[in-house]
Amino acid sequence: MYPRTFDYVAPSSLDEAYSALGDDSKVMAGGMSLIPLMKMRLFSPGLVVDIGRIGGLDQIDDSGDHIEIGALVRHATTASSDVVKANAEALAMAAALTGDVQVRNRGTTCGALAHADVAADQPAGALACGAVMVVGSASGTREIDAADFFVDSLTSALEPNEILTSIRIPKTGAGEGSAYDKLGRRGGRSDYAVAGAGAWVKKSNGSIEAARIAVTGVGTKPQLAEGVAQALIGTDGSDDAVKAAAEKAVDGITVLEDLYGSEEYKAHLAKVYIARAVKQALANAG
Amino acid sequence: MATKSALGGSVRRREDPALIQGLGNYVDDITPHGTAYVAFVRSPYAHAKINSIDTSAAQTADGVVAVYTNDDVAHLGNLIAQVVVVRGRPLLANGEVNHAGEAVAMVIAETTTQARDAAELVEVDYDPLPAVIDLKEAAADAALVHDDLETNVVVTWEAGPWGDEEGIAATKQTIADAKARDDTVSVTIEAVNQRLIPVPIEPRSVVAEWNAGYQRFRVHSSTQVAHALMGAIKTTFNLDANQVHVTAPEVGGGFGVKLNIYNDEILVCFAAQRLGRPVKWTETRREAPSSSIQGRGWTATATLTGTKDGEILGYELDAIADMGAYEQNFTAAIPFLGLFVGSGQYTFPTHWKATCVFTNTMTTDAYRGAGRPEAAYYLERVIDAYCREIGADPFEVRKKAFIPQFYEGATSPIGFTIDTGDYGTNLDKLAEVADYEGLKAERDRAREEGRYLGIGVSAYCEVCGFAPTALSELGFSWSTYGLPAGFYGTGLVRVNPDASVTVVTGTGPSGQGHQTTWAQIVSDRLGIPVGKIRVIHGDTEESPMGAGTFGSRSLAVDGGATFTAAERVADKARKIAAHLLEASADDIELDEAGGHVTGSPDSAVAWDDIAAAAYLPHRLGESSLEGGLESHVIFDPPNATWPFGAHLAMVEVDPDTGDVKILKYFTVDDCGNVVNPMIVAGQVHGGVVQGIGQAMFEEAIYDADGNLLTGSLLDYPIPTASDVPFFSLNNTVTPTFCNSLGAKGIGEAGTIGSAQTIVNAVVDALEPLGVKHIDMPLRPRRVWAAIQEARG
Repeated sequence: MYPRTFDYVAPSSLDEAYSALGDDSKVMAGGMSLIPLMKMRLFSPGLVVDIGRIGGLDQIDDSGDHIEIGALVRHATTASSDVVKANAEALAMAAALTGDVQVRNRGTTCGALAHADVAADQPAGALACGAVMVVGSASGTREIDAADFFVDSLTSALEPNEILTSIRIPKTGAGEGSAYDKLGRRGGRSDYAVAGAGAWVKKSNGSIEAARIAVTGVGTKPQLAEGVAQALIGTDGSDDAVKAAAEKAVDGITVLEDLYGSEEYKAHLAKVYIARAVKQALANAG
Repeated sequence: MATKSALGGSVRRREDPALIQGLGNYVDDITPHGTAYVAFVRSPYAHAKINSIDTSAAQTADGVVAVYTNDDVAHLGNLIAQVVVVRGRPLLANGEVNHAGEAVAMVIAETTTQARDAAELVEVDYDPLPAVIDLKEAAADAALVHDDLETNVVVTWEAGPWGDEEGIAATKQTIADAKARDDTVSVTIEAVNQRLIPVPIEPRSVVAEWNAGYQRFRVHSSTQVAHALMGAIKTTFNLDANQVHVTAPEVGGGFGVKLNIYNDEILVCFAAQRLGRPVKWTETRREAPSSSIQGRGWTATATLTGTKDGEILGYELDAIADMGAYEQNFTAAIPFLGLFVGSGQYTFPTHWKATCVFTNTMTTDAYRGAGRPEAAYYLERVIDAYCREIGADPFEVRKKAFIPQFYEGATSPIGFTIDTGDYGTNLDKLAEVADYEGLKAERDRAREEGRYLGIGVSAYCEVCGFAPTALSELGFSWSTYGLPAGFYGTGLVRVNPDASVTVVTGTGPSGQGHQTTWAQIVSDRLGIPVGKIRVIHGDTEESPMGAGTFGSRSLAVDGGATFTAAERVADKARKIAAHLLEASADDIELDEAGGHVTGSPDSAVAWDDIAAAAYLPHRLGESSLEGGLESHVIFDPPNATWPFGAHLAMVEVDPDTGDVKILKYFTVDDCGNVVNPMIVAGQVHGGVVQGIGQAMFEEAIYDADGNLLTGSLLDYPIPTASDVPFFSLNNTVTPTFCNSLGAKGIGEAGTIGSAQTIVNAVVDALEPLGVKHIDMPLRPRRVWAAIQEARG
C-alpha cells in the first residue's frame, strides 16, 4: 500500500459519520482528490470517514425555490442533469470540464468544492450561481455562502468535524443565465484551469440588472471578481461593455505565477475568460 | 514458396485477448512464496555531501528485514553499463548525492507498506552543495557535478563527416565560403529540445530469487533487454551466464526506459542472495522520474546557409546535451545516434557537434527516438526558418536538397551509408494526400478573416536496427555485460511433434505485437496457420542470446533471423514430404494442410505426418535426413536500416490566449515492406502522439536547486486521446536489402517526424505577426508571450 497506515470507517448514516469525525480525520466521498494526496504521502489522515454508503445523499432536488445537490452527486450527474443545466448552467458546464471520464463518474461536486483546489472548475461555477453550502455536524446544520466558503489553497470554511452535505442554488428566473469557460493546463479546456471564469447575469429591459462573476486558477483561491460584476450592472451587455468590465477581472485579487502562467498572463487570461463566460451567460439568459 | 501469404495482413494481435481481460502476467503479479519488499530512501537534494546515515530506527521498525547502505554494497562496484565514458552510477549513494531522488538506502520488510514506513525513519545528515542545472553553465564548468573531475564535459561528438578531422576542417571552410557569398543567407535558430519524462503505463518492477543449492538467480524484470540484465547480474556477482535466468514477462510499455540496467535490479538480486529469500521492488509513479531515466534535454544553435533562391549550401549544429548526474546504459551514446542522422536525407555539407555534459539531475538515456528526434528537430526547424526567410516553398527546397533516389546504398554527408531511399516520391505523396495547395488556400482565407492557421511540414530520415556486429566496436553490443556478442538477430523455429510451432526470439517487446508479427512471418514460410504458432520472447533460457527490443530493431533484425529460420525449416519439411511421397523436394509446396506435389493436390502428406516423421526418424528411412524439425539462425545484417518519411500538420492559434489546436495531421512514412499494417499504424499513432506531447506540453522542469517541479502526473501532462486529432496515415514502400523481409523499422519514426512538424505549423500560423521561433513545449503561456513580444 502507498499511503501511511490509516483507519477507515464507512458509516451508514450522517449521525454515525459525525460522531466518527475528529481532528485527525478526513471525509471521503469519491476520493478522486484525497486518495492521490494520500498515495503520495502528502496528506496522511489518521482516519478516513467514507460517506459513500450513506443513503439519500446522491439526489438532486428541485422542490422549492432552489435546487439542492447532495454530497454524493457525481460530477457526471451534475454535468448531465437537466435540473442543474436549467438552473445552474455554469456549474453544469464546470462539472463537464472536471477531470476525465473516470474522475467524473466517481468524484462528487460537493467533494470538489470541499477540496477547494485553487484551479478547480466547479468552485467558480458555484460562486457564480450564488450557491449556499449546507454543512452538518453533530451539533447541527449551518449554511455558508459560497463567497465565504473558499478560504485559501486547499482550505475551505469547513471544520474537521463537519461535512458538506449539500449545496443549494437559487432557481433561474426570467432573464437569468450563467456559464463557465476556461483554458486548461494541457490546452483547450482539458485538465485543471490555468484560468477559468464563471458568470451569472440577470437581464432586464435590455440591460444587465445583476451579475456574479467568479475566477479560478489565478490566485490563492476561487473567488468573486466583484469589480467586474459592478462594472457590468447597468450596461447593455454589448461586446464593448463586457470587454471594458472584464478589465477589472483581477482588481483586488492576488494573482500568482505557477508552471502554467506568469502573473501578467494569468491576469490577461482572467479577463479573456470572464469576457467569454459573460457573453455565453448573456446568450444563455436568452 | 508458401501458397498463401500471411505477410502484409492486418492480423489481429494475439496478445490482446489476454491483455484486455486482465490476464497478462506482469512482474508485479509474480510473488514467490516468502517474498520480502523493498523501499528506497531517496535524496531530497540535487547535490549534497552525506555526513551520516542513521538506520537504527528503521532497523527496529515493524516488519523490517534489513536496511542496506553503500557500505553493504560497495564491494559490488558501480552499476555497470554498456557505455560509460567517465562516471557510472553507484548502486547506493557513495558519500555524496548528485541528483534529487538518488537512492541512498534500501529498506527491506515483510510488506511494501512496512518498507515504505521504515524508509521514512532512516535519518540522513546532508550538507547541501551548489547544484549544476543549466546546460550552458554546466558546459562552462561554472560549478562541477563531480568535484573529483576537472570538467562536466563527458564527451564531445563531432562530425562532418564522422571520424575525419581533415574532412571536418574542409566542411567548415566550405560553409564559411558559402556564407561569404553575396547571393546567400544564413539563418540561425537557438532552440531547446526539452527534457522529457517517459511514462510507460507499467512502472518498472523486479523480483529476484537466489537458489543457494543450485547457485542460480531467477529474476523477473520489466525490461526491454533481458539478456543484458542477465549479463549485468552474472558479471556483478561473478557467475556464468547459465547461472542467471532472467525473464521479462508482459511488459507494459518501454519507450527506452526499460532499455537500461538499473541499480535497483542489481540491489534486489544482492538482497535476495544475502537474505536467502525472494525480494521484490516495484517502482511507484511518484519515484519513477528519479528512479528511471529521462530523455532529450538539449540546447543548440542550428544554422543553415543557402542561396536566396533555395539551394542549401551548408548546415551547422552546435549542441549541448544533458547527461544527468551519472552515465547508464547508453547515456553518452544517445547524442551519437543523433549524429548518425545529423545531415538527414540531404546532400549539403554538414558540420555537427554535440557536447555531452553532467548536471545534477536524473540520468538521461534512450527515449523513443533517442537522439534522432533531437537531430531531426534542429535540422527540420532550421530548414523551415530558411524557407521562411527567403520566401521559398518548404516542399521544393527540401526536394532540391534530397539525396536522389537510391537502392544500393548512399553515403550521407555526415559519413554513414544509408541503405535505400526515395525521398522525393515520399514528399510528393504527402503534398498529394494532404492536398497541400488546398490547405494553403484554406489557411490564407482564414488569415483574411483574422484567424491564425498554419501549416507545418517536416521530412525525416532515421536509422534503426543497429545490428551489424561490425558496429560492436562502437558500443553496439552487450560486451560490458560479459556477453561479447553484437546486436545480431536470433530466431529459432521449431515444428513440434504435433505439428504446432514454437518460435523463440531474442527480442523483448513491450507492446509491439511480436507474438503476432513473428507468427505471420513463420506462417508465411510454412503455411501453418498463425493460430498454431506460439512465440516466446524475453527469456534468457529459451533464447541463447538476444539484443532485446529497442531502436526499432526487432522486425528488421530478429524478424529477419526468424524469416530465415522458418525458410530452413520449410526446406527440411519439403524434404521430409518428398521422402514420404517419393517425390522431389523441388516439387513440394507447403500449405496449411501439409506438403503436396505441385499441380497434384492428391499427392499430399499432412503436417501431422511430416512432424511425426521428423520425430520418429526411422520413418525417414534412408533419406539421410536427421530427426527433428527446427532451425536456429543468427542473422548479422550488412547495415542498419534507414526509414524515412514526411509529416504535415495544420494548426490554429488563438491569439488571445496562445492556445494551439491541431486541426489536421498527415503522415507518409516509409518503413520498407510491412508485415502487419495494423501494428505499423499503431506504432505511428503512438509515436506521433509522443512527439505531439513533446511539442505541446511535456517538460521536465528542474528549478535552480535541482528540484524536479514536474514530478507527478498532475504537473507532467502526458497526451491522451482527447488531446490529439485524427491522423491520416499513409505510406510509400522502399524496401531495404539488409534483410529478407525488406522491412526497416517503424517504432520511433512517428516521434522523430512529429515535434518539429507542430512547431513549424505554429510558427507558420504566427508568421503574419513576425514570430520566428517558439521553444517547445508550446504551452499557451509561451505562445502568448511570443505573440506579445512580436507585437511589441
